[in-house]
Formats: sequence, C-alpha cells, structure tokens
Amino acid sequence: MNPIFKILSNLGNQVTSRIWRLGSAARLFFLTLIYSGESFKRIHLTIREIYFTGVMSLIIIIVSAFFVGMVLGLQGYYTLQKYGSSESIGVLVALALLRELGPVVTALLFAGRAGTAITAEIGLMKATEQLSAMEMMAVSPIARIIGPRFWAGVISMPILASIFSMVGVMGGYLVAVPIIGVDHGAFWSQMNVNVDFRFDVVNGLIKSFVFGVACTIIALYEGFDAPPTAEGVSRATTRTVVTSSLTVLGLDFILTSFMIAH
Amino acid sequence: MDKTTLDIWVGLFVAIGIAALMGLAMKVGNLTSNTLGETYSVYANYENIGGLKPRAPVKSSGVVVGRIDNIKFDTKAYQAVVTLKIDKRYPFPKDTFANIYTSGLLGEQYISLEAGGDDHFLKEGDRISKTQDAVVLEKLISQFLYNKATEEPKK
Repeated sequence: MNPIFKILSNLGNQVTSRIWRLGSAARLFFLTLIYSGESFKRIHLTIREIYFTGVMSLIIIIVSAFFVGMVLGLQGYYTLQKYGSSESIGVLVALALLRELGPVVTALLFAGRAGTAITAEIGLMKATEQLSAMEMMAVSPIARIIGPRFWAGVISMPILASIFSMVGVMGGYLVAVPIIGVDHGAFWSQMNVNVDFRFDVVNGLIKSFVFGVACTIIALYEGFDAPPTAEGVSRATTRTVVTSSLTVLGLDFILTSFMIAH
Repeated sequence: MDKTTLDIWVGLFVAIGIAALMGLAMKVGNLTSNTLGETYSVYANYENIGGLKPRAPVKSSGVVVGRIDNIKFDTKAYQAVVTLKIDKRYPFPKDTFANIYTSGLLGEQYISLEAGGDDHFLKEGDRISKTQDAVVLEKLISQFLYNKATEEPKK
C-alpha cells in the first residue's frame, strides 16, 4: 500500500475514534444525569464515595496548598519589594490562589489522586465482569456504580478547592508576616479591600465545579471504556491523567476568558 | 469501615470545606466590609470622572461612608451622572462638596465628601451641586506649559 495513503488513513482513523470516544463519553454523562435520581435514593453510596475521593485527597491537597502558598509568598515578595509595595503580597497570594491556582491545581491533583483510582476500580470491575453481573440482576451499573462516584467527585472538588485556597493563603501569611516581616494588618486589610467575593471567590467556585464534572466524567468514562485486560486498565488509567489535565487547562482558559469579559 | 465512622469523616470533610469557604468570604474577601447598612442615594454631575468606577468607595475624612452605585451619561447636559449610595448613619449637609480624588499616585479613584455648613441635610434623590472633576494629567501639564509661556521673560 502507498505509504502516504497509509498515513492518511491512520490519521482519519485516529480522528474518527477520538470523536467516537467524545460522543460516547457525552452519552455516559447524560445517562448519569438521568439515572442520578435513582443513585440519590441510596445516598450512603455517594457518601462512601465522597470518603474515598474527597476525604482521602485531603492530605495531598493541604500539603501542596501550604507549599504553593509559601512559594507564592516568597516569589511575590521578591518581585513586589522592588517596587516598594511588599504590603500587596496578601492580595497577590489571595488572588492567584482564588482565581487560578486553587481550582486548577486541585483539579490536577484530584485527577492524579482520585481520578486514577476511579478508573482503575471501574476498569477492574469490568474486567472481572462485575458490571455484567449487575446488569444480569437488573441493577443498572450506571445508577449503582457510576452515579455515586460522579456526584461524589462533583461535590468534593469545590470543597477541596476552597480548602486549597484557604490553606494556601495561610501558607503565604506564614512566609510573609512572621518570616519576612510584612506588617500583619496591611497583609489582611489590603487583601480584604482588593478581593471581591462575587468576582473572585464565587468565580473560583464555579471553575472548580466545572473541573469536578469534567475530571470525574473522564475518569468514569475511561474506566467504563477500558478493555477488560490488565494492560487495558493500566492504559486507561494513564489516559485519565493525561486527558483530565489537558481538559482542565483548556477549560480554565475558556472559563477565565468568560469571567474576565463579564 | 462501618457506616457511622464513614459518615463522621465525610461530615467533617464538608464542615472543613464550609469553614474554608467562610474564611475566604469573610477574612480574604470583602463580604463583610462591603455591606453598608441602610443607604440613601444622592446624585452628582461631573464634567469628567476620569477613571472612576462603580463600587468605588465614597470617603469623608478618609473614612468609607458609602459606595458608588452606578455611573451614567446624561445626553442633555453632556455630563456624567454618578449615583452615590451613602450609609444612613452619616447625614451630610446640602452644600457638601463631592470631589474626585486619587488614592496614591497611581491608585484607584474615589469620591471624597467635604461637609459644608448648611442646616439642611441631603435626602434620598437629592443632587450634590458642588462637585470637582477628576484631575486629568494632560490638562494639568498643558496648563503648566501655558502658564510658563505667558510668564514675563526675565531681564
């Protein structure tokens, strides 16, 4: 066969399979929404999943938020003191965390910590034919398995992002006030004046909610779609991280451009 | 793990989340400092408002007494009409000056109220007649150059 023809057909195959995957992921998303009434009837399943996705991610979120905040404090101070406005460091740390780093870094960590776990779990369930067994018993796997995990992810993400931002601000405070010696009052009051509740805090929450939906549905879909082999599950887990990270960064740009334009 | 311990952990998780959000709203954000009590609205006309924006503070002696509600353009007088929302606790006399100042060299602009000596106080819907526009740097420079040029040459 002509090598150019081969390359072209390969490319076309790649594109159609991507579009096919996007379509079936969207179908899974809508099915999850439709079945979510049934999933909410057994709320303890969702609570159990919040424990595994949200509570278990707390440690990594808190530790990374603390370091991110401290680094922001150091870097911000280094640049701001050149312009003689080192008191604005509180504003810088708070706005950077609330608007961008809080939602985005939380989503990236969430994809790595909880997303992979969801994909591997569901992929393995599929490989061991637990999902087919459920269908045999007339229990919808979407209502019983996918729904609770989806809602757990969507609920956990904004909570984790708020915790991330708050801990990050505390990390920034620790570097700026006791270590560098920025005035305590100026740090908080400048922050208070320049951070708006509606435009900064609420927009950050909206972002993290959208990221929660995206990350969780990607992880669920990859697990649901994984070939039922050991290799298939491991590949699906890798794809979860790559796809979620790229989606989060892309969505972040789109959401930010909407929010800045208001 | 049994159901009650699970519930406790999840409840704790949600509680920490809500606490963090409250912290962000109160301590980091301006949800508390921003809320004025009951307010009354007064209007002020300006030839030029410079970079004044809605929600900018209205100060008197440096204390925030209100906020700018909105800024419109009056096509009859070709002037900017600024609506000021002032806290009911702070009544101002009718002949109050409303000047646009800049905080710091490059900071945000705000309206400063300087009380006059009138016995009557401003009411809802009143118009402040004594206003002073924002300082435009270009105008200032051209005025300075004009004054320099008209100065008597030194002998």
